[in-house]
Amino acid sequence: MTKRQQRMMTVGALVLGIGAAAALGFTAFRKNMMYFQTPSDLIAGKTPAGAKVRLGGLVEQGSVTRGDGLTVKFRMADCTNVVNVRYDGILPDLFREGQGIVATGRVAEDGAFVADEVLAKHDENYMPPDLADSLKTDTGHSCAPFKSAMQSAMQSSQ
Amino acid sequence: MFAELGHFALILALAASLLQLLVPAYGLVTRNGRALSVASSAAQAQFFLMLTAYLCLTYCFIDKDFSVAYVAANSHSNLPLMYRISAVWGAHEGSFLLWGLMLSGWTLAVSIFNRRLPQDLAATVLAVLGFISIGFLLFMLLTSNPFDRLFPVPLEGQDLNPLLQDPGLIIHPPTLYMGYVGLSVAFAFAVAALITGKLDSAWVRWTRPWTTAAWAFLTMGITLGSWWAYNELGWGGWWFWDPVENASFMPWLVGTALIHSLAATEKRGVFKSWTVLLAIAAFSLSLLGTFLVRSGVLTSVHAFASDPERGVFILAFLLLVVGSSLALFAVRAPVVKSQVGFAMWSRETFLLINNIILVVSSAMILLGTLYPLVLDALTGTKLSVGPPYFDALFVPLMGLLMAMMAVGVMVRWKDTPLKWLTSMLVPVLITTAVLAFALTFLHGEFRWSVLGVCLLSLWVVLAGLRDIREKTRHKGLLKGLPSLTRSYWGMQVAHLGMAVCAVGVILTTVGSFERDMRMSPGDSVEIGGYRFIFEGAEHFEGPNFTSDKGTVRVLQDEREIAVLHPEKRLYTVQQTVMTEAGIDAGITRDLFVALGESLEGGDWAVRVHIKPFVRWIWLGALLMGLGGLLAAADKRYRMKVRTKVRDALGMAGARA
Repeated sequence: MTKRQQRMMTVGALVLGIGAAAALGFTAFRKNMMYFQTPSDLIAGKTPAGAKVRLGGLVEQGSVTRGDGLTVKFRMADCTNVVNVRYDGILPDLFREGQGIVATGRVAEDGAFVADEVLAKHDENYMPPDLADSLKTDTGHSCAPFKSAMQSAMQSSQ
Repeated sequence: MFAELGHFALILALAASLLQLLVPAYGLVTRNGRALSVASSAAQAQFFLMLTAYLCLTYCFIDKDFSVAYVAANSHSNLPLMYRISAVWGAHEGSFLLWGLMLSGWTLAVSIFNRRLPQDLAATVLAVLGFISIGFLLFMLLTSNPFDRLFPVPLEGQDLNPLLQDPGLIIHPPTLYMGYVGLSVAFAFAVAALITGKLDSAWVRWTRPWTTAAWAFLTMGITLGSWWAYNELGWGGWWFWDPVENASFMPWLVGTALIHSLAATEKRGVFKSWTVLLAIAAFSLSLLGTFLVRSGVLTSVHAFASDPERGVFILAFLLLVVGSSLALFAVRAPVVKSQVGFAMWSRETFLLINNIILVVSSAMILLGTLYPLVLDALTGTKLSVGPPYFDALFVPLMGLLMAMMAVGVMVRWKDTPLKWLTSMLVPVLITTAVLAFALTFLHGEFRWSVLGVCLLSLWVVLAGLRDIREKTRHKGLLKGLPSLTRSYWGMQVAHLGMAVCAVGVILTTVGSFERDMRMSPGDSVEIGGYRFIFEGAEHFEGPNFTSDKGTVRVLQDEREIAVLHPEKRLYTVQQTVMTEAGIDAGITRDLFVALGESLEGGDWAVRVHIKPFVRWIWLGALLMGLGGLLAAADKRYRMKVRTKVRDALGMAGARA
């Protein structure tokens, strides 16, 4: 093999390797991406059946009820719509009624959202930018129950 | 008074860094030696000014001077002294001050040790560092001044974020910043090489120890962060692929590639322009990390506050640095081109493979971190990728990296007789296979991942041992060992660290038992051969928090082996609830208990984890960092260089 052929071989191997890595990368990306949605999005049926989504919203006042063991049910709301959520596990420290949270999970057959992870951020005034945005789009309408959370959403974006 | 003094020192430091950039630049253009020598003095002045500013802020914290806005926002009169000192870097403004202090510290170190460098190169390096300094000081003074006063003066501060009140956090940010900022030295050297057109093996010898030391700090900083998250966040994880973790991990991966390609550049004079590009990339990624963390575009435990103005400033600075250095690279890269060839079975090839794998991994992480942000900005679609994406890519890539690592240690520079290589590696391969199968079956239930990691780790470790034996063949093992260089030992220790870390990662991931459950006082549960007895929780008062302190007794074979005290703390000032896990640490397993929430009737939600070999992750990572420090301390960077530099100095003098 001449030097030139050898170099072509090397370049070929490199291109193949990087191509394969990129293909794998994009496949893995497509398979694992999750959309962020609000309760309104969920109700409007924007979610493909069985797909995993991140649901952002506020825990509705007075909606948290506990069942056996660690099961818990609550409702998550944005300014216009409300979704029932079921979860089995330990809730984060900052989970409380009126607080903005992000739940990861799927829509069950009965239309409720089954969360396998619930996140609440470390700072009460801090709201995930995604969530703050989704609340802000409806600022013009009456959104009284969530006023305090709205204000903190505004603060955090200032 | 001290706040004003600190503010004034910051302004003077900006002036010093302007001098540090402009005067040597003038000297470089006019070939004026006296102008070049100003760089060192300016760098030293800048360091002492930054130190003054830093100490002033620290004094404001110790003195509980709540008239300073930053102190009021991050301290409280009940905050223990230790945390009042560490609170200096507990939030945005102060952490930038620390960053600036470290940058000037690295610059000072360069200015002290630069006597061996050719004058024009040394001055250029310092000028580039001065340029970076100007960016950060302007940022501080214009958008985030830590010394701003607050009127009216509040009687009490708002306390330090409780998450940050942990010993792990006292050392995590400074170590990480040492690494981040240290990469700026590698960057400055790379840019200086492009400007002066000198990229010979002497240049590499000056650059290598700085880069390796910075990399070692970065390694330890990330490790400490992981350890802190495990202790403090209360859900028993050690890595989350959180965007901010990724932001520190990308420069680390590229930095790892850089220290390897520097090895090839030093020994064989190859990959020169690639090395320069990596140095630019590593520093750019650490700036990108800063932008991501500080601009509030990310949702993460680290994102303190979003502030568009700050984000825009850092983004502009990032574009200026990346853009101008890449433009410079495009124009000047042919100057530093390498002209040496190598054969396929050579160490150069394997270092190249190492570089490709590391850069590809880094690119994958960049894609997973930035793509959602870009998509949101362009189309408003909000999506994200979770840990499965990163795991799916990262695990096979690291497996490949380890498989290559063992061979790379063994092969020689330039070319290796294949016959010799097989004769060295076949025994290693056989031993590896036998031991790996034995260990996998000893470990218990057969799993492919356990077999895989045993194979790879043993492969790396045994090939390393084989290489040590080969290196000491002539003198005999006992006499030969002390004659091996520190940089060789550093390489061996770091590679061992990688193997240890891999074992930890896989065994923890596949072997963990996790159970969340509701427990009443007196309840017990049997998990993974251990019996956990929950004794209930009691009220407890800390200096600035109240807490429910649980007691959990752990029994193995009806013998008590540990009593854990997981806590649920309420930090009274910010009314923030925090989980303090109760952990019984061990070499082969950690027992981890955390309290969830209090339920009715004295019941608690309790989280119990058994995490086998989790300590190995941090132990391995620390070994990597230690290896880096060992390699940076190699004698040849100090002894041999001196004579070489004298030659180089003579040559530079003759040319000028």
